[in-house]
Amino acid sequence: MSVPGSWYLILAAVLFSLGIIGVLVRRNVIVMFMCIEMMLNAVNLTFVTFARMLGDIAGQVLVFFVLVVAAAEVVVGLGIIVSIFRRRLGATADDLHILKG
Amino acid sequence: MEPTYLLAAIAKPDLITFAAAALMVIGGAFGVIASRNPVHSALSLVLTMFGIAVLFIEQDAQFLAAVQVIVYAGAIVVLFLFVIMLLGVDRQEVFGRESLRAQRPLAAAAGVIALGEVLLLARTTWATGAHAANGPVGNSYDNVQRIAAEVFSTYLLPFEATAVLLVIAVLAAVYLARRVVTTNAEEEDSKMVEGKAVDR
Repeated sequence: MSVPGSWYLILAAVLFSLGIIGVLVRRNVIVMFMCIEMMLNAVNLTFVTFARMLGDIAGQVLVFFVLVVAAAEVVVGLGIIVSIFRRRLGATADDLHILKG
Repeated sequence: MEPTYLLAAIAKPDLITFAAAALMVIGGAFGVIASRNPVHSALSLVLTMFGIAVLFIEQDAQFLAAVQVIVYAGAIVVLFLFVIMLLGVDRQEVFGRESLRAQRPLAAAAGVIALGEVLLLARTTWATGAHAANGPVGNSYDNVQRIAAEVFSTYLLPFEATAVLLVIAVLAAVYLARRVVTTNAEEEDSKMVEGKAVDR
């Protein structure tokens, strides 16, 4: 008997909650972005676990799409961060409170 | 089943693998949150990604484990590190100065509440009754084939949509990261619109 699926789900829930805490607690925008990636990974783990529990390959296919969208999101998000830093703003989210053009 | 019986029933290699990977995942997550240096956070993120990849292999998702290591640990984290080094933002975060009072304890409490909520929901009945019309997961020999068969038949339209999404993302990244040399950027933009290529 292998490890029951509920253990994986609990681990994914813990990882997701740690990502939430990181996004809310940290001030560095890059670290906040990393925490969002952690939350995405937690959801991916949930998908794969349900794919195994239900015997359905669709969960793994969804993880594949999530990976692609996450890659695109990272590229655009880091581009936005780079362009913000080009304007000599600070490293923290508190410095970005003025969203004027 | 009682927890002690359950522990005895699980095969030892599976249990050890799960425990080690779970330790990697949780330890890496704590490292991402608690590191003052963003570079250390990125390296901890690699640890988390590898742990997730091990858990993928443990659950017969070999293709996704390989993609996880290549895309996340190989590309995304390197991109993070590249941006950190490029911008020189690897100075340490000042934890003491807060503009929003009592924000950190409230944030930690919100995270714990979210965890409790998810675990509470897990005790109820999952709303995943009916199976989709897809095949089983497969074993280590035909996992890639099964995913490919689904992606290129049932999920062909989303697959094409992701191709469009990637092209849009590349264009957006190039546009966002371009260097505006002169101060009259709007004037150059209008020249670009008129069709005269401006060398930047």
